[in-house]
Amino acid sequence: MATVEVAFSPLPAHVRTARLVAVAVARRSGVAESLLDEVRLAVGEACSRAVEAHRQHCPAEPVKIELTDSGGRFEVVVTDSAPAEPGIPDGVPGAKIADAAVRNGLPEPGGLPEPGGLPEPGGLPEPGGLPEPGAHGDVPSPGSAAAGIQMPLANGQSGLQDGIGLAVIAELADDVRISRTPAGISVSMSWPSSACER
Amino acid sequence: MDLKLDDHMKDGIRVVDVEGEIDVYTAPRLRELLIELVNKGDYQLVVNMEKVEFLDSTGLGVLVGGLKRVRAHDGSLDLVCRQERILKIFRITGLTKVFGIHDTVEEAIKARKSEK
Repeated sequence: MATVEVAFSPLPAHVRTARLVAVAVARRSGVAESLLDEVRLAVGEACSRAVEAHRQHCPAEPVKIELTDSGGRFEVVVTDSAPAEPGIPDGVPGAKIADAAVRNGLPEPGGLPEPGGLPEPGGLPEPGGLPEPGAHGDVPSPGSAAAGIQMPLANGQSGLQDGIGLAVIAELADDVRISRTPAGISVSMSWPSSACER
Repeated sequence: MDLKLDDHMKDGIRVVDVEGEIDVYTAPRLRELLIELVNKGDYQLVVNMEKVEFLDSTGLGVLVGGLKRVRAHDGSLDLVCRQERILKIFRITGLTKVFGIHDTVEEAIKARKSEK
């Protein structure tokens, strides 16, 4: 059983609440202060993705978060109930997500001109990179952020924004896994904790 | 903390002061402001993020969108930020190569003027 379980209606305003809860539980679980910002950002990204998926597919269903402190690890699992694209591989490791997103949806390190040197708007990573909220019409089709793997996306959702968010998560948490569940997609991530009883 | 937005002119450049959290809930407000400024003809922008406490990929998308809009008018969008926790997400996503990121508003304006 998780240490703390939270279910919230899929509204963007509640993502902040989820971040606050995650950081509070992480702190109490003994996660180092230096890692709390990473917990905050990674949980926020996962919840934002889930909220967007629910708003498109199942706005009446809550997004669920499980926070568990066990065996020296603080684990957060964000689960949505939105339908995923068919053919999505199960158990995608975070490293592959980050690699695919960086290769396909983000500027390559050193691969973009320096600021001021971009001659055309087309040289920017949008729409080939980061879409704006509410601007899904400007972005490529879901899954295009990851040519090497298929991102576990909800149908019709911005694949690229998902890819960026998941790539950020993969960089911030030690152990990230994306899994299919009977209901939707589960994003799990963990950090070391002191694992002492409090 | 919610998002507070303000803007003013400094040495011919529009400075947007952002305070609080830029996330999936608040980012649309920043997006609307940037669009409004561009529509009014402000194509030289500096976004001061010194008081930003949180920034996620949704916020990054808004900033990239703003940059794209001003670039369409041969403009610029520079950032002011010294906070490591904010800079980290720019590094993770490779956007340090796209934005001019400066320590102070004055430095951002100076850098922009020197490129003209």
